[in-house]
Amino acid sequence: MEPLKERVKELLEKGEIGGFLGYRGDLPYLFTRAEELDGLAVSPRRYPLPQILAKLQGLYPEGRFGLLVRGCDERSLIELIKNNKIQSERVVPLGVACDQELAERCGCERPYPTEVLLGEKVEGKEGWELLERLEAMDEEERFRFWMSQFAKCIKCYGCRNICPQCFCDTCALEEEDLIAGGTIPPEMPAFHLVRAFHMAGRCVDCGLCEEACPAGIPLRTLYKEVRRAVKDLFGYEPGLSVEEKEPFGYLGDGRYEVPERLK
Amino acid sequence: MEYRTVPSICPYCGCGCGVLLEVAEGRLIGVLPQKGHPVNDGKLCIKGWTCHEFVHSERRLTKPLIKEGEGFREASWEEALGLVASRLKEIKEKEGPSSIAFLCSAKCTNEENYLLQKFSRAVIGTNNIDHCARL
Repeated sequence: MEPLKERVKELLEKGEIGGFLGYRGDLPYLFTRAEELDGLAVSPRRYPLPQILAKLQGLYPEGRFGLLVRGCDERSLIELIKNNKIQSERVVPLGVACDQELAERCGCERPYPTEVLLGEKVEGKEGWELLERLEAMDEEERFRFWMSQFAKCIKCYGCRNICPQCFCDTCALEEEDLIAGGTIPPEMPAFHLVRAFHMAGRCVDCGLCEEACPAGIPLRTLYKEVRRAVKDLFGYEPGLSVEEKEPFGYLGDGRYEVPERLK
Repeated sequence: MEYRTVPSICPYCGCGCGVLLEVAEGRLIGVLPQKGHPVNDGKLCIKGWTCHEFVHSERRLTKPLIKEGEGFREASWEEALGLVASRLKEIKEKEGPSSIAFLCSAKCTNEENYLLQKFSRAVIGTNNIDHCARL
């Protein structure tokens, strides 16, 4: 913990940041004084810190913040910066590498951020098992599988609420013209497919949605399919670089050539 | 600057899911599911996800209101409770204890719910007691 504590202490004392968003014990917390840093921890229980940071930048329009970032947090942060939800000049990310146990539990392909201040980089392994099993099914069987999963949904909106990439002021999932209201499970398969489409070019595969789902729907597998489609069609993977424009960001200015197979 | 999360229990039903109340500048700004909690381990239903909303709501009742004609008027606790007591007594005497029913709530503590059933059975004299989860 020491290299991280030292760096945060320095940033706070020099006044480069007004607060550091990390974990105190298991809980998200904004450290504003060096004396508090004894309690700083890197909890294996992940919360959407970049989403919280976006909220804090809104609450404190002058504030500059330090942010604890794992690999997944960094990918989220990058997308939030690109979508103008976080101002990059007002955030100092400090990187933490996840240990083998967490990397495996999360099925994470890149369990470390670009710059690692704390921890050792370990190689992750992305979990594709369910997707491969689904792809081996014929269409009808696969459709039945997903419909039986969607039937479990209690419409808690947890997948959307916990998602660091869900930041719209108005949400399509609450639009009665798109998805009929007043029923549980919500309209099938529209509810989940609308959300899946909206994850295109955004989902960083952090897996918080699946962790938050009380019904145990394999949401991450659904969005992995969308991630793969965006990668195959546009060569784009969300969360890798601030400079690289996302597909929906440059379709309009004429630089993009529609691939032959899509014409 | 202030941002902290306070572990608490969802106030809505009897499950007792763990929530983290998000506090900034002394005000509730949101709620997160509490990971590792023995009841819900980082998952919530839609009520839990929105359980902070009533706290600072402008529509929240902060004073007793007494219905008069088509509207309501503000009243003191003493007046409001006095009215409830006298009307309960009046109805009980005129129509009998079975004409009265009580509804308690999963949002209250065990002790409060115990008290209400005791009041219902011992003071009013009716077994007409039920709770919100069966509405």
